[in-house]
Amino acid sequence: MATMKKEKKGVQGDEPHEMWQLRLYVAGQTPKSIAAFANLKDICEQHLKGIYEIEVIDLLENPKLAKGDQIFAIPTLVRKLPQPIRRIIGDLSNKERVLVGLNLYPLEK
Amino acid sequence: MPRVEKKGTAAKLGKTPTGIHGLDEITGGGLPQGRPTLICGGAGSGKTMLAMTFLEYGARQYNESGVFFSFEETENELATNFASLGYDLTDLIESKKIVVDFVAIERSEIEETGEYDLEGLFIRLGTAIDEIGAKRVVLDTIEALFAGLKDTGILRAELRRLFHWLKARGVTTVITGERGDNTLTRHGLEEYVSDCVILLDHRVSNELATRRLRIIKYRGSSHGNNEYPFNVDEFGISLLPLTSMGLTHKADMERVSSGIQELDNMISGKGYFRGSSILVTGMAGTGKSSVGAHFINAGCERGERCLYFDTEESPGQIIRNMRSIGIDLEKWVKKGLLEFVAARASMRSLEEHLLVLQRKADAFKPSLIVVDAITDFSTMGTGLAVKWMTTRMVDFFKSRGITGIFNSLVTGADIEDSGIGVSSTMDVWMHLVNVTGDLERNRIMYIIKVRGMAHSNQVREFLITNDGVKLMQVYTGPSGALMGSARLAQEAAEKRSALDRKLAMATKQKELLRKRTVLEAQIAGLRAELEGQEAESQRIGEDENEREREIARDKKEMAVKRHVGRTGAAK
Repeated sequence: MATMKKEKKGVQGDEPHEMWQLRLYVAGQTPKSIAAFANLKDICEQHLKGIYEIEVIDLLENPKLAKGDQIFAIPTLVRKLPQPIRRIIGDLSNKERVLVGLNLYPLEK
Repeated sequence: MPRVEKKGTAAKLGKTPTGIHGLDEITGGGLPQGRPTLICGGAGSGKTMLAMTFLEYGARQYNESGVFFSFEETENELATNFASLGYDLTDLIESKKIVVDFVAIERSEIEETGEYDLEGLFIRLGTAIDEIGAKRVVLDTIEALFAGLKDTGILRAELRRLFHWLKARGVTTVITGERGDNTLTRHGLEEYVSDCVILLDHRVSNELATRRLRIIKYRGSSHGNNEYPFNVDEFGISLLPLTSMGLTHKADMERVSSGIQELDNMISGKGYFRGSSILVTGMAGTGKSSVGAHFINAGCERGERCLYFDTEESPGQIIRNMRSIGIDLEKWVKKGLLEFVAARASMRSLEEHLLVLQRKADAFKPSLIVVDAITDFSTMGTGLAVKWMTTRMVDFFKSRGITGIFNSLVTGADIEDSGIGVSSTMDVWMHLVNVTGDLERNRIMYIIKVRGMAHSNQVREFLITNDGVKLMQVYTGPSGALMGSARLAQEAAEKRSALDRKLAMATKQKELLRKRTVLEAQIAGLRAELEGQEAESQRIGEDENEREREIARDKKEMAVKRHVGRTGAAK
């Protein structure tokens, strides 16, 4: 996995949503990290197609970044934008909880 | 058996000094080096304070930098809070002696979605430790994780891993934990930290809060087992170990005057031993304070520094009152030989009082201290607490070679009560009593004990005069011991009767003289009579001779006339 991987998809169709800026903190390529990234990608493609941006930060390479985003668990997904900041920890395998955590449920309805 | 042999070669457990006065004493050098120590206690028991002090002292005194991981307070909050203790956290952070990292765990902001670990925390800790080469780590309080995370299974496994990791890093760690209902910590942290567990307690008894510390466990080391009171103030944390104080004070042979000549006379003529502790008990108004004032006055006259630790009056009041008995304490204050520490007993806790006194004594270095009065503290704590405090004071004085006078107020009749149970730690014990009789109260004083020297067994009348305290011999007359005006009356009566006797004697002497004169006159008369008689008897003798001579002459004449003598004449 690339350490500072950015994926951008253009805004889709007629829904002018603001950009979603997501940051995934990992520590090396552990199974949990890989699973988390895959799960996140899935969810984003499904619910935020075209308006999201994922930044993966490997703390083994940039340990000092952990403090800034108050990271203590790995993996941690941080929703930087839209505000407010939200944190989701774990490998994101529970999709329902990820959607609740990202506050994406209302968007669905 | 082989284990015992092994023990000799095994490296002794290293200790990391905390720098906290008293704590290093009871732990035999500090916390276990390179191992985690759990500090648990209720809210407000001083866990964070103790933990931060461990880092502060480590950085300032032992040049060991430290990492403070706070799960509750932000860096700024900590800096502000500890500024009141005199810790300049900002400076320590800037000089890279301490790293403070606030780990915010807000449950409402966190969603758990599957498997995770706490590697982020490990990385943060590791970064902080490496950044400043930390030897000490504080996690305050890691239990916040339990509040923030739902999956305790993961959490527990990760905590176990964390402590192993910390041990492997060789850092001496302090972990704080909130006390649970029946457990040391709410979430059983003691399960993971088995090397050293310290329990803090903040109890309120008699409306007085006292902090206490107890070492529950210290693997591989002996330690003090008791509960030790500790104190937090602007000078940081101090622990007051009592039992750790051995009885090793040296015994001084030098003597110091009590300032009362008659009292010195009563104790082998020279006064107390230097460094001894003197207990002065007595009821209200028996003159305890004046004994102390005399002692101070005498000390200052010798040029020694004295401290008056007072819980009853203000210094001004004491100076005024003592002036009335001819003792000028003010001049000693002005000369810098006398200082007062005056505070109501209820102003501070017992421990704080003791600390204030110790700090003052260490700064001012007095050779004499008067504590007036220890009984005031009994309103502040249980009898045992006050007894311990006094014992600590005595030990402290002795360790500094300070001679101390402890005044103690007696309320009951039983004087054994009055020593508040500390008389056994005292070297000298004198007792002052008010005796009521003949419509007046008089003070008497006697010595109950003096260690290591002969002393008078007499009860003295204790007089407070314009010229200080005087100890009078109690008058013992035919009707028992007399004091006060009774003594004066008796003395007057004695004087009078002596005068009477003198007068009577003089009269008798005159009478005798007169009789003598009469007798002498009589003797003279008799002698005259005798002389008369003798003269007469002489005259009678002479007459007889004359007559005989006349007779003879007559006879001769007659013979001549009768010519008897012719024949004769013829011859």
